[in-house]
Amino acid sequence: MSQQTLIEMKGISKSFVGNKVLNEVNFEIRASEVHALLGENGAGKSTLMKILTGIYERDEGEVFVKGDPVHFQNTKDSEEAGIAVIHQELNIIPYLTVMENMFLGREIKFGKTGFLNTKKMIQLTKEYLGQLGVEIDPLVNAGNLSVGQQQMVEIAKALSVNAEVIVMDEPTAALTDREIERLFEVIERLREQGVGIVYISHRMEEIFKICNRVSVLRDGEYIGTRVIGEVEYDELISMLVGRELGTLFPERDVDVGDVRLKVEGLTSDVFRNINFEVKQGEILGVAGLMGAGRSEIMQALFGYREIESGNIFIDGKKAKIKKPIDAIKSGIGFVTEDRKEEGLVLSMSVRENFTLPNLDDVSKQTVISSQKENEFVDDMVGRFNVKTSGREQEVKSLSGGNQQKIVIGKWLGINPKILILDEPTRGVDVGAKKEIYQIMNELTAQGVSIIMISSELPEVLGMSDRILVIHEGQIGGELNRDEADQEKIMYAATGGE
Amino acid sequence: MRGQSLGQIMQKLGPVIGLLAIVIVLSIMSPQFLSLDNLLTMLRQVTIIALLAFGMTFVILTGGIDLSVGSTLALAGALTAGMMASGIDPILAVLLGVLAGAVMGAFNGVIIAKGKVAPFIATLATMTIFRGLTLVYTDGRPVTGFTDSQAFDLIGRGYLFGIPIPVIMMFVIFFILLLILKKTVFGRHVYAIGGNEEASILSGIKVNRVKIGVYSLTGALAALAGIILTSRLGSASPNAGFTYELDAIAAVVLGGTSLAGGRGWIFGTLIGALIIGVLNNGLNLLGVSSNYQQIVKGAVILLAVLLDRQKSS
Repeated sequence: MSQQTLIEMKGISKSFVGNKVLNEVNFEIRASEVHALLGENGAGKSTLMKILTGIYERDEGEVFVKGDPVHFQNTKDSEEAGIAVIHQELNIIPYLTVMENMFLGREIKFGKTGFLNTKKMIQLTKEYLGQLGVEIDPLVNAGNLSVGQQQMVEIAKALSVNAEVIVMDEPTAALTDREIERLFEVIERLREQGVGIVYISHRMEEIFKICNRVSVLRDGEYIGTRVIGEVEYDELISMLVGRELGTLFPERDVDVGDVRLKVEGLTSDVFRNINFEVKQGEILGVAGLMGAGRSEIMQALFGYREIESGNIFIDGKKAKIKKPIDAIKSGIGFVTEDRKEEGLVLSMSVRENFTLPNLDDVSKQTVISSQKENEFVDDMVGRFNVKTSGREQEVKSLSGGNQQKIVIGKWLGINPKILILDEPTRGVDVGAKKEIYQIMNELTAQGVSIIMISSELPEVLGMSDRILVIHEGQIGGELNRDEADQEKIMYAATGGE
Repeated sequence: MRGQSLGQIMQKLGPVIGLLAIVIVLSIMSPQFLSLDNLLTMLRQVTIIALLAFGMTFVILTGGIDLSVGSTLALAGALTAGMMASGIDPILAVLLGVLAGAVMGAFNGVIIAKGKVAPFIATLATMTIFRGLTLVYTDGRPVTGFTDSQAFDLIGRGYLFGIPIPVIMMFVIFFILLLILKKTVFGRHVYAIGGNEEASILSGIKVNRVKIGVYSLTGALAALAGIILTSRLGSASPNAGFTYELDAIAAVVLGGTSLAGGRGWIFGTLIGALIIGVLNNGLNLLGVSSNYQQIVKGAVILLAVLLDRQKSS
């Protein structure tokens, strides 16, 4: 390996409000290399990349670009140094054409006239897309492209600014199998052209397929770097997880009762013929690839998405659920995947968020009883061990784990029979994760039925009594706790190919 | 203000400090300004804008806006005068007038909540419609000589313990609304919807119902303002309340409520309305021409918003 080192990050540390999220992390990217950055959610991958691109400032450590020390203040600095990021959420403006998106903010003009040199921009757009070996009409609206094509436009854009290092954050998360193949071809092409690629993913098979080296982060610590081909799958897993599953997942010792929820033939535009049951005190894990329709099924169950047909039975009685309020009245709570967009009111306090779904219970007629409200909130803060300066603190300033505890806790006020948790530990640190698992155990011990959607297989395996696997809007399989393992789940999730 | 940071407290005190500064400057420049008579007159003038701005606070807290309040004021005032002119009991006419305002507001609310029309567009349209209805109903002429009822006269011109009745009404309504926002489920839902509508729906809040309620309340308050104005002037002009919606929005913004929704308080709005009232009154006392007054008012609003930006950034 005698390729040039493009970027070197040494001893990087970073804390947020006293919480150390990176501790002396090292990372290096060479030319013509695909370097995987591997770590569980909350391991510090995105923080490290945000430091690389100047979004965050490092507390300690050094960054070198081709041997020169740098200190980026913002993304503009890092772009000028040749670093581009392809975010998971693509930065595409849907109503502008591919060409307009490519040259947004750096349009080519006729001299200094301010008139656009459209011809030249179209030609260059074609050229850069051509370099990737893809054919996309530069004049089509970017919003009409598939996600895979939009991603290609972003990669072409990175090339057009002479990026030497391209960071790809979970690039395959929203792609179809064919698009993934196409992306891998493009990555290979870029590598041959001398570009260094940081490949963030937790899909092991992809890393073994296209990466040259892999660096592992765990809980903000740098665990090590290995060369693909010289490292075993199992070694990588133990670097990644670093602990016995048993220490993270509490012992499940709950007697499940009668059938609490029964879903029959649920069908909508994105899923069809969904049948399943959940018993009292049971945790049903729901696995599947992103975009398989897991969240959509649960939204429909909660009355937040229209269904075409199908029935829902709660305790043997047919439930009419048209709106979220109907679901809530039937005893269903829903912890949504995106806590900032759908779970919390960020401008409100801890107190106000906790009591949002059950204000009526802490009120007399329509007047809120401060005493009752405060008692409920204090009880919840204690029970969930929410780290807050007080119930009046704005939830915006809490850590992800504490925010998540509030999103879960707010549903306990309705005394739920069924709690749906969509990615309950996403973006949550390990300590809070463990607490959330314990709370799930306590709730099921009290007879609450839990449906847990999760993309983290260890979590699905560690917490579920039964596992439902969704594949392309249909049930791809159902596994019992004893028989399930990662391979069987992935097998069902990919349609058993 | 337990549990609030210094920044938050400053944010809240900002409007009060601004009001005090303006009062101090005006009282130095014009000796009559601080006289009891003048202050009561000023407060009576403020009533109209304050009532509109109170409703506007609820609307803006939900993340909406209501441009139709000036027209609602005119239509409700004219309808009330017209009803009295046709022999309906004044008290009944007043109640029906307020009800008419609530219905106009509910109409806005339904278009916005159920029709999913942007509040700006919906109320821009109804602003024109309600004004047009007023002109049609009054045939473009002020309605006068509609009653000799003393009770009706009291609404706009009466005094209780030396204080103008409209001013008393304003403060009573202020305290009721303050309690609604701070202490009731409805009030909490108003804030929640403006803070995050998705999360509110998913928490089981009947968002449409709350929105319709908020616009109805605003309509009713605008109607009451129209009735007070009609009583005070003894006439209902079809052009009454023209551009008042802008003063009302200005009062809300001066008071520190965010136009993005979810953040704000009605006490600030009261202060904001007072700032506008004090400026109008003081500049009149100083003999500043109304053309210049507009420039000063605009400048104060800009200054206030810019200062607010500085603090929050």
